[in-house]
Amino acid sequence: MRDFVCNLPFLSVVVFLFAAVVSAVLPPRASRAFTTVVESLVLAFSVAVLVYTAGTGTFFRYNMGHFDAPWSNQLRAGVLEALAATVFSLVLLLSHVGGMRYVRVDIEPKKQNLYCTLLNLVGAALMALSYTNDLFTGYVFLEILTLSSCGILVIRRAGRTTLAAARYMVLNLLGSGLFLLGVCLFYGTTGHLLMEYIKEGVATLDATGEYAVPLTVTIGLVSAGLAIKAGLFPFHTWMPDTYGTATPTSSAVLSGIISKGYIFLLIKIMYRVAGVDTAAMTAARHILYIFGILGIIMGSVWAMQSSYLNRMIAYSSAAQIGYIFVGIGLGGEAGFVAAMFQLMAHALTKPLLFLSGARLTEASGDSPAFADLQGAAHRRRGAGAAFTVGALSMVGIPSLAGFCVKLNFAAAAVQHGVAADIITLGTLAVSTLLNALYFIRTVIRIYTPSEAEWGVVPVRRDVGLFVSAAGFIAGIVFLGFFPGPVTSLISRGLSMFG
Amino acid sequence: MKTMKNDIKSKLSAWLNFDLDLDEVPERTPPKPKAPHRSKLLILRRIQNERVHRAVYALLAVFCSITLAACLLLTVSGMPRYGEDAEFMDTVTYEYLAHGMEYTGVVNIVSGIILEYRAFDTLGESFVLFCAVSCVLLLLRRDGASGKEPPAMRDITGDPILSSSARILVPLIFVFGIYVLLNGHLSPGGGFSGGAVLGAGLIIISSAFGEDVSGRIITERVFKTVTTAALLFYCVGKSYTFFTGANGLPTGIGNGTPGDILSAGLILPLNIAVGMVVACTVYGMYRMFGKGRF
Repeated sequence: MRDFVCNLPFLSVVVFLFAAVVSAVLPPRASRAFTTVVESLVLAFSVAVLVYTAGTGTFFRYNMGHFDAPWSNQLRAGVLEALAATVFSLVLLLSHVGGMRYVRVDIEPKKQNLYCTLLNLVGAALMALSYTNDLFTGYVFLEILTLSSCGILVIRRAGRTTLAAARYMVLNLLGSGLFLLGVCLFYGTTGHLLMEYIKEGVATLDATGEYAVPLTVTIGLVSAGLAIKAGLFPFHTWMPDTYGTATPTSSAVLSGIISKGYIFLLIKIMYRVAGVDTAAMTAARHILYIFGILGIIMGSVWAMQSSYLNRMIAYSSAAQIGYIFVGIGLGGEAGFVAAMFQLMAHALTKPLLFLSGARLTEASGDSPAFADLQGAAHRRRGAGAAFTVGALSMVGIPSLAGFCVKLNFAAAAVQHGVAADIITLGTLAVSTLLNALYFIRTVIRIYTPSEAEWGVVPVRRDVGLFVSAAGFIAGIVFLGFFPGPVTSLISRGLSMFG
Repeated sequence: MKTMKNDIKSKLSAWLNFDLDLDEVPERTPPKPKAPHRSKLLILRRIQNERVHRAVYALLAVFCSITLAACLLLTVSGMPRYGEDAEFMDTVTYEYLAHGMEYTGVVNIVSGIILEYRAFDTLGESFVLFCAVSCVLLLLRRDGASGKEPPAMRDITGDPILSSSARILVPLIFVFGIYVLLNGHLSPGGGFSGGAVLGAGLIIISSAFGEDVSGRIITERVFKTVTTAALLFYCVGKSYTFFTGANGLPTGIGNGTPGDILSAGLILPLNIAVGMVVACTVYGMYRMFGKGRF
C-alpha cells in the first residue's frame, strides 16, 4: 500500500468533476458555498502533494486502473506539477470568492448554479492538465477547459459578450484542432500516448533522422495550437472584448489561470514529449520567442492607447503572455525558470487588477472609461490600494513579484549570446517604460480628486473581495521578497521533468 | 491621411495634457458636423477600404489554407505505412488485441479500450458532453415570462406521413438503441452509439407527436435526474476502479465469461450510464435549440 498522498492528484480531478455535477442541481446559494468548499479542499490537496514531493524529492506515477504503463492512462506528480496545481487552485478560489458579489448581480438567479458547475469544470480541467502523463488525456481536458471557459464568458448577457465569446471560441477551436492533429501524428509516428514513451520514440527518430518531416510538422502543430489558445500575439485579438464584457470572476479566471493551463501543458510537452533541444523543438521555440517579443511591445502600445480600464488590463495581458513565451524561447534552465515564475506572478497579479478594477468601475457609475474613473480610489479606498499594488507589481517595483520576473528574464538573457541579449534586454527596458507609462497614469488618474458629483456612493462592504485581494497581495509580496525558494522549487521541478 | 494624422495628434495631446495639468479635466470634444460632400466621400472611401480588406483577407485565407494543406499532405506522405515497423510501433495495439479479452472480459475490444484501459479519457469525454449541454442550457433556456419567444419554427407536428411512419419506427428505434447499448461489450456499439440512437428516437417522438407527448416522457426533472445520476454513477464507479487499481487492491468484481450478456465487470453498467448521458444530451440540445424549454 502506497502513501495516501499519492491518491490526491487523482482525487483533485475527481472531486471537481463530482462537484460540477452536484452543483448543477443545488440551489444557487448552496452551490456557491459548496463550490468554495471544494476549491479549498483541492487547494489543500495540492499543497499536500507539493509538500510531499518537495520533501521526499521524488515524483510518483499513478495508474488510472489495473493496467501498467503503457497500456492505460496515467497521472504523474512531481514538484512542478504540484506547484502549478497549487497556483491554479489558489487563484481559482480567490477569484471566485472575490467576484462572488458580481456573480450575484451579473447573472440571472436561475443560472447561477450552472456558473458554479462551469467553474468546477475549469478546476477539474486545470488539475488534469497539471497532472496528466498522457497526451490524449491532455487533449480531452483541454476541450473541457475550452467549452467551460466559453460558458463562463457568455453567462453574463450584456453588450457584446456573445460576439466576444464567439470570437474567443473560434480561435480556441482552431488551436484545439491543430493540437489534436499534432497528438494524432505523435501517435502515428511513435505508437504511444504516454509522455515518456513518446519521448523515447521521438529521441530514436531524431537520432536516426527517420520521419523528419512528420516530426517537425507535429511539433509545429502542437506548439502553434497551444500558443493560439494561450493568446500569444497575433492571436490575442479576442482578449479586449472578452475581458471587457465578462463578469469579473470570469475575466480573472480566464486571464489568470486558463491561459496559463495551456502554457503549462506546452512546457510539459517540450520537456516530457518532444524534448527541449531536438532540432524541430528548438526552431519552434525560436519562432515563439519572436512572437513573444512582438507581443510584449504591441500589447503595451495598445494598452497605452485604450481609453477604458478593462481593455487596458486586457491588452497588458497580451504583453505579459509575451513574456512567458520569451522565457520559453530563450530556453535553458534559466529561461524556463523565468517563464514559470512569470506564469505564477501574472496568475496572482492579473486577477487582482480585474477584481479591484471592477470595484473602481462600480463606484464610477459602472463606466470603465478613464474620464469617469477619476478619483475612484477615493470613493473605494481598499480597491484603490489593491489596484495600486497590482499596477506597481506589473511595472516592476522592487519588493513586488514583477521586479523578480524582470530580474529573472535579464538573468536568463545574458546566458544566450549578444544578439538574444540585446533584443531581450532592450525589449525588457522598453516594455518596463511603457508599463510604467500606462499603469502609473492610471494610478494617478484614480487618485486625482474628481470635480464630478457622484453624490453619496453607497459603500457596501465586500468581505469576499477584501479576503481575496489580501490573498493576492500576500502572494505578490511573498514572490517579491522571497523569490529564492520559489525559483529553486521550479528548477528542482524542471530537473524532475527531464 | 490628414484626418488620421489629426486624430493621432489630438489623442496624443489629450493623453499628455492629463499628466501635465492635473486641474484640467480633459474632455472629449464632440465630433464636429462635417460638410455633406465630405462625409459622402468618407463613406465611399470606407467602402473601398472594406473591399480591399475583404480581398486581402480572402487571399490570405486561401494562402494559409493551401500552405497548411500542403504541409499536412507532405506529412502524411512521409508517415509510416500501414503495417510497417510493427515491432516498434504497434506494441500497445498488439497488447490490446492479444490480451484485451482475457483481461477485461469484453468481446468488443473497442469497449474494453474506452471503458477499461483508457477509462479516464472516456470519463473526461462524458464531461465534455455535460459541459456542452450546460453551456447550451445557459445560452438558450428561456424562463417563462422573462424570456423572449423563440423565432417561429415550421411546425410539423401531426403531419400524416411523419406521424404514421413514426408510429411504426419509434418502437423499432428504441429496441435497436437498447440492443446497441446493452451489447456494447459483445458487438460493435456501446454507450455513445446506443445513446445517440435513443436520443434520435426521442427527437422523432417530439417532432411527430408534439411536446405534449414528449413532455410526458422527459420533463426537466427527469432530464436532470437521469443526467446527474448517470454521471455520478460513472464518476463513483470509475473512481473505485482507479483507486483500487493504482493501490494494487482487488476490485472484487469478476469478469465473467466473455460473450455472456452479464460479463466484463463494470463495463455494462458504465455503458448504460454513458448511453443515458448521451441520449439526454442529444434530446436536450434539440429541445433547447427548438423551443428553449423542455
